[in-house]
Amino acid sequence: MELKQMNEENQVYFVDSDQLPPEVLARKHALESDPSVRSDHMKYLADMEIIDSDVKDRVLQAMDEFDYNSYTAADVERALSHETCSVEDFKALLSPAAAPYLEQMARRAEAETRRHFGNTVYLFTPLYIANYCQNYCVYCGFNCYNNINRKKLSMEEIEHEMQVIASTGMEEILILTGESRKYSDVTYIGEAVKIARKYFRNIGIEIYPVNTDEYAYLHECGVDYVTVFQETYNPTHYETLHLLGHKRVWPYRFDAQERALRAGMRGVAFSALLGLDDFRKDALATALHVYLLQRRYPHAEFSLSCPRLRPIVNNDKINPRDVGEKELCQVLCAYRIFLPYVGITVSSRESKEFRDGITKICATKVSAGVSTGIGDHEAKYTGKEDTDTGDEQFEIDDNRSFDRMYQDLEDGGLQPVLNDYIYV
Amino acid sequence: MSNKSDKLVLGGHEFNSRFILGSGKYNLNLIKAAVEQGGAEIITLALRRANTSPKENILDYIPKGVTLLPNTSGARNAKEAVRIARLSREMGCGDFVKVEIMHDSKYLLPDNYETVKCIEILAKEGFVVLPYMYPDLNAARDMQNAGAAAIMPLASPIGSNRGLATKDFIQILIDEIDLPIIVDAGIGKPSQACEAMEMGAAAIMANTAIATAGDVPAMAGAFRQAIEAGRTAYLTGMGRVLTRGGSASDPLTGFLR
Amino acid sequence: MVTINGTAVDAAGKTVSEYLQEAGYEVSRVAVERNLSIIPRVQFDSTILADGDSIEVVSFVGGG
Repeated sequence: MELKQMNEENQVYFVDSDQLPPEVLARKHALESDPSVRSDHMKYLADMEIIDSDVKDRVLQAMDEFDYNSYTAADVERALSHETCSVEDFKALLSPAAAPYLEQMARRAEAETRRHFGNTVYLFTPLYIANYCQNYCVYCGFNCYNNINRKKLSMEEIEHEMQVIASTGMEEILILTGESRKYSDVTYIGEAVKIARKYFRNIGIEIYPVNTDEYAYLHECGVDYVTVFQETYNPTHYETLHLLGHKRVWPYRFDAQERALRAGMRGVAFSALLGLDDFRKDALATALHVYLLQRRYPHAEFSLSCPRLRPIVNNDKINPRDVGEKELCQVLCAYRIFLPYVGITVSSRESKEFRDGITKICATKVSAGVSTGIGDHEAKYTGKEDTDTGDEQFEIDDNRSFDRMYQDLEDGGLQPVLNDYIYV
Repeated sequence: MSNKSDKLVLGGHEFNSRFILGSGKYNLNLIKAAVEQGGAEIITLALRRANTSPKENILDYIPKGVTLLPNTSGARNAKEAVRIARLSREMGCGDFVKVEIMHDSKYLLPDNYETVKCIEILAKEGFVVLPYMYPDLNAARDMQNAGAAAIMPLASPIGSNRGLATKDFIQILIDEIDLPIIVDAGIGKPSQACEAMEMGAAAIMANTAIATAGDVPAMAGAFRQAIEAGRTAYLTGMGRVLTRGGSASDPLTGFLR
Repeated sequence: MVTINGTAVDAAGKTVSEYLQEAGYEVSRVAVERNLSIIPRVQFDSTILADGDSIEVVSFVGGG
């Protein structure tokens, strides 16, 4: 009953497990339906470091002022003819007025990609080491109320998974956890990274945001880059999607990349989850987040991802809403033209056809041999059955193996690259 | 786009004019007419040993309301520039200073390294510091971090009237630095000033081009018009340029569903 | 002797104001530095030049 009063568009996300005790279910329903029982999403918790930075305010202001329906075909044509793409040009390229110019945008984006990256495309694979989570993010398969198999890999299991992955020839790994400090603390992640150092030459992490000193520790353990997705840059809508847990604190998450850079990380990655909110505004905010930090930390490497919503375990109705492939392509081309130097990663959430096409235009990194489950690489790679695995975060679409992806890139005239870092 | 609200802001001070006029190498009697016809609101000066029994003083020739921008010409290092800046402020004409440090007497190219050191000191003392510099992105970032209120890259060697020889590098500063970029030195004619403004420069500083013109105030007026035209063009957004020739046949976006 | 703008001058014992006026400077249009430290204008009357001082008297001229 109360559920009906809440934001209609979020209804699709709410799924009740029959395993939850009545009082837990009541708490879940209260969080979903009554904003007053939820905490202040703009207030840092006691253990959260606050850094001095105006980037948040500048991004929010630009997002607020962005009236994408005010742009015309002439604005788009001007933007495409400028040698340097200004913020104003970028806004025009994100606008509905740019839709008929998609092919021209793709050509310009391709030229920028070739100028900055040649024909190289980097390959990596994600490794989920735990799926425990203390947050209730309504669209995510790992959310704490979702009835899934939970698992946290032991160090032996992590090493085994890494051996399986490394044996394919992969040199870059992205280590992921659910967002639980309790089950996957910083030391646990640090130890996993130390093992990864033995098998891989480039290590990223995608974990809950941490303080600067913790990023510095993880960097010391061997982490090269940090990925944190803001999901949506609209705090008001963020509040209705992230109902419980540390992740609920919007500004602390926003500052994660800046803390990571201050801690000495080589690179940082960003994204909004397109389809959660107004995707044009989220795309503007994501790119400006990069643009403003790049000006402050010009030595760092920056990369963008572009995930769209996918179905999850126990909810196959979740979909990317108004972000079709054409809209996604428009956003990615606009990113490339505005930020020609950034890496663009396209994950296995997208189809084989889309990934083959987009790597010819602007993507510079793709995943391969992907599982978003816990501890099932061997099963997936060799067909060996193993029932002791954790459930996945979302369903993937493109399930090509490393070898297959490598071959397909080469066949498409691109040069697959496993790693280009020099450690000095 | 309304030009009325389009102000040049330097250290919290607002200006309507984007033309900074030099006062060197021409008759003091022409300054007033040059300021008026050029619409200048800022004029540069230099500090020198004073004469006893002076016949004239430049301050008597500058119209009231014009902001004085003393330079540190003659300084060969940060320490000397700081000395000159402090003495200039002691004259009671405001907190603005244009830092220029040169220890190369052949090309008169500015020393970015000493300039950064000088800005660090002067910004802490409350000066509005406008550094004249060689257009180098890393140096400009250091100057911004040191507290500069604007960056003044040279277009070509000072006094040469050779125009935008460093155009590509000035464009990088305009694109990357969150401060007004004021193109200083080497701008020889109004068309060059206009071009720099079209690129997105915040203002133009010129002296020799005007001082060596046949009619000093008339040339100041020509610069004013060129700077305004370039500014308006920049704000309006430059029109598209059609490329010649056709494009490849296969569409890149054919795979999209 | 006092060195003023590079020239040795017999001005020890005089105040800054006295010296500037006697030498013919336009006092309101100059700044004065003694041994690399600025003498604020309000101290011109009370500052006495000493033997061995090095003084700079400067004013604005045209410049770019």
